[in-house]
Amino acid sequence: MPKSMSVVREAIAGDEADDAMAERAAAVQVAAGRNVLPIVEGVVLVAALLAPLVLQDYLTVFATRVIILALFALSFDLVWGYAGIMSFGQALFFGSAGYGVALLARDLDITNIFLVLPAGTIIGLTFALLLGGFLLLGRHPSSVIFVSLGTLTGSYAADRLARGWYYLGGQNGIPSIAPMTLGGYEFSEGPAFYYLVLGILVVVYLLCRFLVRSQFGLALAGLRENEQRIAFFGYKAQHLKAIIFTIGGGVAGLAGSLYAFHEGFVWPNMVGVVVSTQVVLYVLFGGSGTLIGAVIGAVIVEGVSFWLSDNYRDIWPIILGVLLLLVILFRPLGLISFVLGERERVGSFGAKPKENKKPGKEKRNAAP
Amino acid sequence: MPLLEAAGIKKIFGKLTALDGAALTVGENEFHGLIGPNGSGKSTLMKCIAGAEVPTQGKVSFVNTDITAFTPTERARAGMSLKFQITSVLPTLTLYDNILLALQAQSSLFDLVFSRTRGALHDQVMTMLTQFRLADRAFDAAAALSHGQQQWLEIAMALAGKPKLLLLDEPTGGMSLEERRVTGELLQPIKKHCSLVIVEHDLDFIRDICDRLTVLDQGKVLASGTVSEIQANKSVQEIYLRRA
Repeated sequence: MPKSMSVVREAIAGDEADDAMAERAAAVQVAAGRNVLPIVEGVVLVAALLAPLVLQDYLTVFATRVIILALFALSFDLVWGYAGIMSFGQALFFGSAGYGVALLARDLDITNIFLVLPAGTIIGLTFALLLGGFLLLGRHPSSVIFVSLGTLTGSYAADRLARGWYYLGGQNGIPSIAPMTLGGYEFSEGPAFYYLVLGILVVVYLLCRFLVRSQFGLALAGLRENEQRIAFFGYKAQHLKAIIFTIGGGVAGLAGSLYAFHEGFVWPNMVGVVVSTQVVLYVLFGGSGTLIGAVIGAVIVEGVSFWLSDNYRDIWPIILGVLLLLVILFRPLGLISFVLGERERVGSFGAKPKENKKPGKEKRNAAP
Repeated sequence: MPLLEAAGIKKIFGKLTALDGAALTVGENEFHGLIGPNGSGKSTLMKCIAGAEVPTQGKVSFVNTDITAFTPTERARAGMSLKFQITSVLPTLTLYDNILLALQAQSSLFDLVFSRTRGALHDQVMTMLTQFRLADRAFDAAAALSHGQQQWLEIAMALAGKPKLLLLDEPTGGMSLEERRVTGELLQPIKKHCSLVIVEHDLDFIRDICDRLTVLDQGKVLASGTVSEIQANKSVQEIYLRRA
């Protein structure tokens, strides 16, 4: 959006800054205004709240799936976008939780929402703790390659295991899972399920937001930018990584259990490499290192795929692939970077003096 | 007992012997200069002391503890701090957050998640920034600083954890004369509570601030003593000081 850049230039033309550097930095700050993010979040939330009112029923079902995938994308964003851990196996936690709750429903008739969702979350947490402990908790820091190959292998192995294991339904997975229940109420596809999932997304989003804006979030930022440096400050960098990886696994598990009940079946792909890669794409596309970027990425990638597959039956994967490549090549920080400056993306963690706010920025921000 | 004692340090990279029995002893509240020609092993010795490299052979003691096998995190928690040769401030974070990041390093996880030390550390952050003449830039990104200012910020970060020993690898590299002078001024007050090992090419700077010097040549200690002793040393003059 070159237009917004020129607005920025004009905006700073009047400012009296000491040198060009400071002026530019100030410009970015004014442009970011520290206000763009809440606006984007608000717009997305309002759109999400209104969606079922305007969408046809079958699209509400689709939108529910997308919201669940956005929750899944959040888990990867925490791990990669905030802590710099390249997890190519995020589906392992998503899918194993899906299988877990499917087995609870099939074999033990447990479908109560207050049991299955915590169970799925715990399954995701546990698997992430085990794998993360193994991959991240060495005495010396593990390399990015080691972690990405380790998580990829974990996801691939789980896929093969699920395909070969009769108890888990082999290639076919577990079909016709009973609906999730709350007392006598059954959650079937539709607006109720949609709002349930949206509510969960909002709560998890706010918790993540709290976490990444805390002093712990500052430690994560240090970890992402220069792991060795913060180890020399005395941070237990590997512990921090294992903790955020485990939290990410828990969120993925929650998303996976919702997905299993929403779709009504689980199948080996759900733990495999394809879904693991898909979530990487959501986050890269939308913008890693911002929570809303992950959500937007999931919505847009899924939305565009849906539309393309309807209109260009044969070549839609190619079009989608090219689109993704273009974004990754030209907007490495994702779509969100069109409206969000670097300074606001990283954010401030320390107490900020009030007088730092510049007048008139509200007006400029109203444009997008 | 000296604060830091490194003895018989050997470091071999493949066929290259970077350190061949180097030693370094630093007392409390002592500013110790580590000098020598390029490739004499100064930076490698610093890294072995800080834990960035593991010596092939030898022993490093710090506050009467053998820390040879400690990780950098453990050394930091024991009271050792390092400023890298290449500045490694976190460029996208504000100056304030850079310092806060260093200050909160030993806060518990619970405190970090609930931001319980943020308020208490605010004054310390601003004190450090003021001390290093960076307070007016507190909320700029560190990337916007000049090279010299980044070095100061990094020294401030290295001092944030109140270390007993600070290792500075070429703190004045790329600085103007004026910036060097200020750097010397900024370092003086820390002597009350902290020792310093400093690797530096600027010999005037070293002479001004250091109490003792160790001269390395080809991975070995050529001489060690007070500044005047070293200046009088014939072999040191031959290999090194003649160029100064």
